[in-house]
Amino acid sequence: MSEILRLDRIDKAFGAVQVADQLSYSLDSNEALGIIGPNGAGKTSMFNLVTGTLAADGGRLFFLGEDITRLSAAQRCRAGMARSFQIPQPFSGLTVFENAMVAATQGAGLAGRHAEEHCLQMLEETGLLGKANNLAGALGLLDRKRLELTRALCANPKLLLLDEIAGGLTDAECQDLVATIRQIRSRGVAIIWIEHVVHALLAVVDRLIVIDFGRKIAEGDPKKVMASKEVREIYLGIEADG
Amino acid sequence: MTGPASHQIERSTLATRLGLLAGAAVLLALALAPAYLGRADLRLLGEIFLYLSLASLWNLLAGYAGLVSVGQQAFVGIGGYLLFALTIFGGVHPLIALLIIFVAGGLVSMPIAALIFRLRGAYFAIGTWVVAEVCRLGFAQLGALGGGSGISLPVKVVKSIASSRAGREAASYWLALGVAVLVIAIAWLFLRSRRGLALTAIRDNELAAASLGIDIWRTKFVVYSMVGALTTLVGALIFLQKLRISPDAAFSVNDWTAFVIFIVVIGGIGTLEGPIIGTIVFFLLRETLADLGTIYLIVLGIVATIVMLFAPKGLWGAIKHFTGFQLFPLGYRVRLAKGGKQDSASMKRDAEG
Repeated sequence: MSEILRLDRIDKAFGAVQVADQLSYSLDSNEALGIIGPNGAGKTSMFNLVTGTLAADGGRLFFLGEDITRLSAAQRCRAGMARSFQIPQPFSGLTVFENAMVAATQGAGLAGRHAEEHCLQMLEETGLLGKANNLAGALGLLDRKRLELTRALCANPKLLLLDEIAGGLTDAECQDLVATIRQIRSRGVAIIWIEHVVHALLAVVDRLIVIDFGRKIAEGDPKKVMASKEVREIYLGIEADG
Repeated sequence: MTGPASHQIERSTLATRLGLLAGAAVLLALALAPAYLGRADLRLLGEIFLYLSLASLWNLLAGYAGLVSVGQQAFVGIGGYLLFALTIFGGVHPLIALLIIFVAGGLVSMPIAALIFRLRGAYFAIGTWVVAEVCRLGFAQLGALGGGSGISLPVKVVKSIASSRAGREAASYWLALGVAVLVIAIAWLFLRSRRGLALTAIRDNELAAASLGIDIWRTKFVVYSMVGALTTLVGALIFLQKLRISPDAAFSVNDWTAFVIFIVVIGGIGTLEGPIIGTIVFFLLRETLADLGTIYLIVLGIVATIVMLFAPKGLWGAIKHFTGFQLFPLGYRVRLAKGGKQDSASMKRDAEG
């Protein structure tokens, strides 16, 4: 398997708060990696650093073998990575379908009929097709989260970054979501998934990384990591929500 | 489950097609106007078309690209002065000059964009105004172009458009009508295109737009330069109609920006139809109230305030809200094939929500 993403000693601080502290890890194409950690550990900041929404203070980033440390968020997306936002960021004045079209025509670089077909397929896969003509700004929170996933998929990513998309789902919906993400994986898309709903995460990922204070404090086989003493200490309070 | 291939994507409705047909009929009637309208009416209509063009262009900037410029008079003035300079000193035929001016306007707007795009929000607005004032002061220094007191278009140049006065007035009218149609057509086609969709996405959410592969700076740069080129062309036509130019008239913030903002805001910012409605309302008010002097301006202010309070999306925004009708649809409508109905999970959640 070939490497798709590598973080090499990434640093980022906001004043005295270190959100990434010599953070290093790598990901193979076709691998699914789970990220857990307490609130404020720097998980979403790590996504912002990987996708280019934030610029790192130090360290380097490689995607598909290329150094992307200095590329903009838009360039990184066009190179093949797409994310969902923890707090949904819809294009409120556009319909669900048009939101998807933005990703298909810009991120994926598709045009005309190809872009439309691609969007319809992704909407069908995430179950939003019935709301294709609804204004994104009028959607409820759960559909906004689905739209985040749909839009990221429409950008045709080789690496998909998911930021807490399972929170608030019922058990049945959560199972649907896990099935959808497995299907995405089966197409050869690498996935990094930040999630507090640990059982959903464990149903998908091959490897788990635990982050706290911007540092990687544990990494490895999901079951072993979850059973480790450090993780239990950090996680006792949060596991109850999951 | 039905395959996605059987779903249909629509980009216009029957009402829209009928509306456009009616629009084409109106356009034909307007194109033939020199045959049946008097000189004063033609002049007024020509002015209306030029204001409609300015309003549609400003709307593209402010309503779609989020670039609230109060300095578009810079381009109007540059267009006007270039027309005079090219025809008087270059000996260029006015119609050829218009083409050159269009290109020049685009070229001038690029370095201006590179400069003022460093500013955001209110600072951007002030920056555009400063650029316009610099242009006004600069052109006032040019003695060859009449300095501060201005210059008239020589008879020889005027006659090169058409030998008869009626012919000149018809030509001026058609040019104004043509540029209005050109501006609206370009705006519509642009906004329906991929780049236009990207622009609308930027308007709604810059963070998500950048993460989905949109180069925000470049998209805004393209819009600004395109609007700059067209505004310069409109400026040349304005002063081709007036036949006289001075720095204060050419770079007037009231005439070429304040009134234009009024038109767009009452018509409906961020819609293509808004500037059309706004222009009609503005000229109705002006033609009925202009004799009242200051009171006319007070009425304009009151109308703007009332519209902003009760119909913040403008008159067209209110019409669209109540009828759902769009003369220039930009979006996509998905018509699902049979079997592709609303999925039960989301319907259930609707009921709960």
